[in-house]
Amino acid sequence: MHSGARIGFFLLLTPLVLWLALLIVIPHIDMFLVSMRERVGVRQYETSFANYLTFFTEPLYIRTFVRTAVMSVLATIITLLIAFPVSLYIAKIVRGRLQQVLFVLCLIPFYVSELVRTFGWMILLRETGLVSNLLQWTGLADQPVEMLYNDAAIMIGLVYTSMLFMVVPLVTTLESLDDSVIEAGYDLGGNGFSVLREIIIPHAAPGIVSGSIVVFMLSLGNYLTPTMLGGKDSLWFTEMIYNQFIVRFNWELGAAFGFMLLILSSVIVWSMLKLTRQSLEETMA
Amino acid sequence: MKKQTVMLTAVSLAVAGFVSAANAETLRLLTWGGYAPEDVIELFEAETGYTVEVTKSNNEEMIAKLRATGGGGFDLAQPSQDRITGPQLEFGIYKPIDMSKIDKGQFIQSMLEATMGNTTVEGEVYGVPHVWGTSGLVMNTAMAADTVKDYTDLCDPAVAGKVSYRLKRPTLIGFAFAMGMDPFAAYGDADAYSEMMSKVEAKLIDCKANVKTYWGGGDELMGLVRSGEVVASMAWDTGGWKLNADNPDITFVAPASGALGWIDTFVLPAKGQADDAAYAWINFVMRPEIAARITAAAGNFTASQGADAFAEDALKARYQASFPPEAVDNIKWYPPVPAGLEAIEGGVLDRVKAAQ
Amino acid sequence: MTPDLESIRLTKRFGDFTAVDDVSFAVPAGSFFSILGPSGCGKTTIMRMIAGFLDPSSGDIEIKGKSVLNVPPNKRPVNMVFQHLALFPMMNIADNIGYGLRRRKMPRAEIARKVEEALERIGLPGIGNRKINELSGGQKQRVAIARCMVMEPDVLLLDEPLGALDLKLREHMKIELKSLQAAFDTTFIYITHDQSEALVMSDQIAVMNEGRFEQTGTGQDLYYRPETAFVAGFIGESNRWRGRIERVMGDELEMRTDTGMLMRGATHGRGLKAGDSAEIFVRPEAIRLARDASNFEDFDNRITGRVTSLLFNGAASRILVRDAAANEEIEVNLPQSGEYASLARGDEVQIGWSGAQGNCFAAGAD
Repeated sequence: MHSGARIGFFLLLTPLVLWLALLIVIPHIDMFLVSMRERVGVRQYETSFANYLTFFTEPLYIRTFVRTAVMSVLATIITLLIAFPVSLYIAKIVRGRLQQVLFVLCLIPFYVSELVRTFGWMILLRETGLVSNLLQWTGLADQPVEMLYNDAAIMIGLVYTSMLFMVVPLVTTLESLDDSVIEAGYDLGGNGFSVLREIIIPHAAPGIVSGSIVVFMLSLGNYLTPTMLGGKDSLWFTEMIYNQFIVRFNWELGAAFGFMLLILSSVIVWSMLKLTRQSLEETMA
Repeated sequence: MKKQTVMLTAVSLAVAGFVSAANAETLRLLTWGGYAPEDVIELFEAETGYTVEVTKSNNEEMIAKLRATGGGGFDLAQPSQDRITGPQLEFGIYKPIDMSKIDKGQFIQSMLEATMGNTTVEGEVYGVPHVWGTSGLVMNTAMAADTVKDYTDLCDPAVAGKVSYRLKRPTLIGFAFAMGMDPFAAYGDADAYSEMMSKVEAKLIDCKANVKTYWGGGDELMGLVRSGEVVASMAWDTGGWKLNADNPDITFVAPASGALGWIDTFVLPAKGQADDAAYAWINFVMRPEIAARITAAAGNFTASQGADAFAEDALKARYQASFPPEAVDNIKWYPPVPAGLEAIEGGVLDRVKAAQ
Repeated sequence: MTPDLESIRLTKRFGDFTAVDDVSFAVPAGSFFSILGPSGCGKTTIMRMIAGFLDPSSGDIEIKGKSVLNVPPNKRPVNMVFQHLALFPMMNIADNIGYGLRRRKMPRAEIARKVEEALERIGLPGIGNRKINELSGGQKQRVAIARCMVMEPDVLLLDEPLGALDLKLREHMKIELKSLQAAFDTTFIYITHDQSEALVMSDQIAVMNEGRFEQTGTGQDLYYRPETAFVAGFIGESNRWRGRIERVMGDELEMRTDTGMLMRGATHGRGLKAGDSAEIFVRPEAIRLARDASNFEDFDNRITGRVTSLLFNGAASRILVRDAAANEEIEVNLPQSGEYASLARGDEVQIGWSGAQGNCFAAGAD
C-alpha cells in the first residue's frame, strides 16, 4: 500500500518535472550557455561576457530596455485603474445573469488571436480608419487623423490585451469579500472612499498583485502589439531579441538580451511583492 | 524573455513533430508564399507519388529554423542566392547539390551559372535558381511620379508622411546605390562597408520624419498603398503589379539607380531525408508549363527556360511597363553576403529605429 | 419618554412580494428587544431598513423621535452586529474596533484609549495587536460587539449573531450578551429564529410571521398567553388538535377533535362559538401523569393510554402516550422525581389536564 502510494506520487510528479525540465530549465541553461559565447571568427567561439558587455556599453540597448520596462509598468497601472472599477462592478454590484454576461463580454476579445485583435485596432486607429473618419464626419477634425504608430497606440493595445488577466483575479478576490463586511464598513461610519481604501483594496491586494504581475509580464514579453501598433518608433525589447535571433543570426547577443529581460522582470516582480508586503504564496493561492 | 523561450520550445517541438513525420516519401518544403501553389502540388503528387508538406517563411526565418536544428526538419528550402554561402560557412546548414540529378536544360543557362557560381563553397555547389525578381519603388504614379525617381527621393518634403519602406538590409543597399555608392563592391571590406553604412544611417535618420511607418509584411504595405495613406514605398515588383490590377495609377517603378535583383534558389538542408523527392520537385517545377503556374501564383518570373511563353499577357505587359530595356540592364544583382555583414547592418538598423 | 426606536407602519415590497407588511412597534430606551420568527418571515428586512441598507416602501423609522429615512447608513446612530460578524480580516483587533472612531476623525491617542477600554469591557484586555483569525468564536463575537459599542450608538442591531456558534458556546453567549447589554446600557434589537435565545435575553419579543408581527410581549406573555395559533405553535412545544367546537360555556368550551376525542379547552376571551372549526394547544408540561385515574378528579380532560416511547432528555424528558380510544399520540412531560423511573414501553398510564390549559384558537386557513 505504502509503496503503491509512492509510485502514484512519482507518476503524478513526472509530467510536472518533465514539463519544467524540458520546456523551462533546460532551454534556459542552453540559452545561458549561448549567451556566454563570443564569436571570434567563422565557426569559432570563446566563452566570455562580451555579449553582456555589448548590452551595457550600447546606450541604445539600455534605452530600449528601460523604455520597455517603464512602458510595461505604465500599462500595468493603467490596466489596473480601468480593470478595478470594472471588476468591482461585476463582482459586487450586478447580480445573477448580467454578472455572467459581463464576465463573458470581458472574455470575448480573447476568442480571436492576438494578431486579429491587433489588426482590429489598426483598422480603427489608422489614418483612413474608423475613428479618423468619425472625427471628420462630426467636424471635430478637418483632415485625416493618424492615431497609429505612436506610444499611445502601443499603450491602448497593451491595456486591451491585458485587461482580462487583471479582471479575472480581481473579480475572484472581490467576490470572496463578504458583502456584509462592506456593509459593516458603511455601518460604522465609513464613506465610499474609506471603505474602498481600508476594506476593499486591502482585501483585493492579492488579486491586485497577481493580476499586476501577470499583466506586467505579458506587456514586457509582448512582441506583436508594440511592433504593429508602434510602427517606426515602437522600440520594444522583445523586438530587439527577435531581431538578434532571426534577422541578425546573432543568437549569442539575443540570448544575453533574453537573460537581461529575465533578470529585469524578476527584479520588478520581486520589488512589487516587497512593496505591497505580499508573498508569492499568498498571491498565487 | 518569454518570447525566445517560446521560440526555442516551439522549434524543438516542431522538430520533434517533423522528425516523426520524416521519411523518404514525404517532401518537407520550406519556401515562400506562392512558390508551391496547391494545383502544382496536386500534379506533382499525382505524378510521383510523393507527399508534399509546405511551410511558408522568409529568408531570415528559413535560416534561423535550419540553424536551430542544424539543418534538419526540412528536405528542401528556398533562401535567396546571396544568403547561402555566408550561413553555410558559419553554420553548415546545407548539403551540396548533385548537379547530375538536375535537368540543367530546363534552366535559363546564364541564370543557372550565375547562381551556381554565387553558391559555391569549397568547390561544391549548394544552390540552383528558381524564382527571380527585383525590389524598387511601388508608387501611385498620379501623386508621386514627379517627385520620386529614386530611393532617396522618398525623403523629399513633398511626400512627407506619405512614404514607407522596410527597416531591412535591402533598404540600406538601395539607399547606398541611390546615394552614388556601390555597397556590393565594399562587401569584402568591412571597414569600407561600415563607413558606407554610417552615411546611409545618417540619411535614414534624417529621413525618418518623412516616413509614415516601416512596413513589416507585404499585406501591411498593400493596405497602406491601397488606402492612399502611402503614395510611394520601397517594395517588391510583384506588390506593385498586384496593386496595378486594382488601380492603374499604382505600379512598380525601377529606381534611377537601378532595381535590386534577387534570385530565390533551391537548397538541400544538411539533414534533409528525402533528397530524391527534392530533386524530383526541382525538375518538376522547372518544366515551363509548371513554372508558368508558379509565376501566375507568385507574380514573379522563374529561371525556367521557355516558361515566358506560358505566362499571362497582363503580367508580361506590367513587366515591360516597369522595365524598359535599359532598366533591365541596370538591375543590381545581389552578390553573396559574407558572414558577419549582418552585424554591421544590424547596428545601423537598430540606431535608425531608435532615432527620434 | 420617547422610545429609542419607533417603527411606524413600516412596509417593504419586493415586486409583488410583501416582505414586511405594515409593522409598527416601539422599543423603549435601554431595553433588549427581539424579533423572533422563522426564516423568510421578513425580520432581516426590518433590520436592514433600520440600519439603512434598504429603503422602506412606505412607513417611517424614528430614532429618538427623529425620522432617519433620509439618513444614509454611515450617518445613522445605529450599528449592526452581522450574522457572520463581518469583522475586517485585513485589520488587527484594535484597528477593527477603532475603525468607526477613525471615521469620526478622533485623535489617535483617544482612539487607542477607547479601544483598550472597550477591550477591557469585553474581558479581552491587551489583545489589540492580534489578528482576527487568532480569536475563538466567542471572542470574535465580543470583539464585534465592542466594535459597535465604541461608537456609542443609540440602538445596536444584532442579526442572529449566535447562529454560527456551537451549542455550548451559544448557551454561554446568551447570558454574556444579556450582561453586556446591561453593562453598555444600550438598546439592543436582536433578530433570531431561535426562540430560546429570544426568551432568555429579551425584555420584549415580537413574534413575526409572513411579514407581520403576530404578537409582542414579554417571554412569559408569549409562552403562557399566546394570542394567535401561530405564536402558540411557534413558542415552546405543544400538543395540537384540530376539531369542531360543540359547546361554549363562558370561557370554557368543548371541542370534538377530527379523530373523535372530546376535550375541554378555554377561549381566553377570544370570540369562538359552537360549530366553529378550531385548534387546541396543550403544552406537554401542563399534562399530569398518573398510574391510576383516582388522582385526576380535578381535571376535566382525562385519558387512558399506553406508553409508546420514552424520550429521555434530562430535565426535559418526555413520553409519548397513545390514547386508547382515538389512537393519537400525546406528548407528556416526564417528572424526574424518581416516581416514574420504572416506566416502560407498553405500560398503561393515566393522563389528564385542566380545561384552562387547553388554549383554543379559531382554525386558520391551513
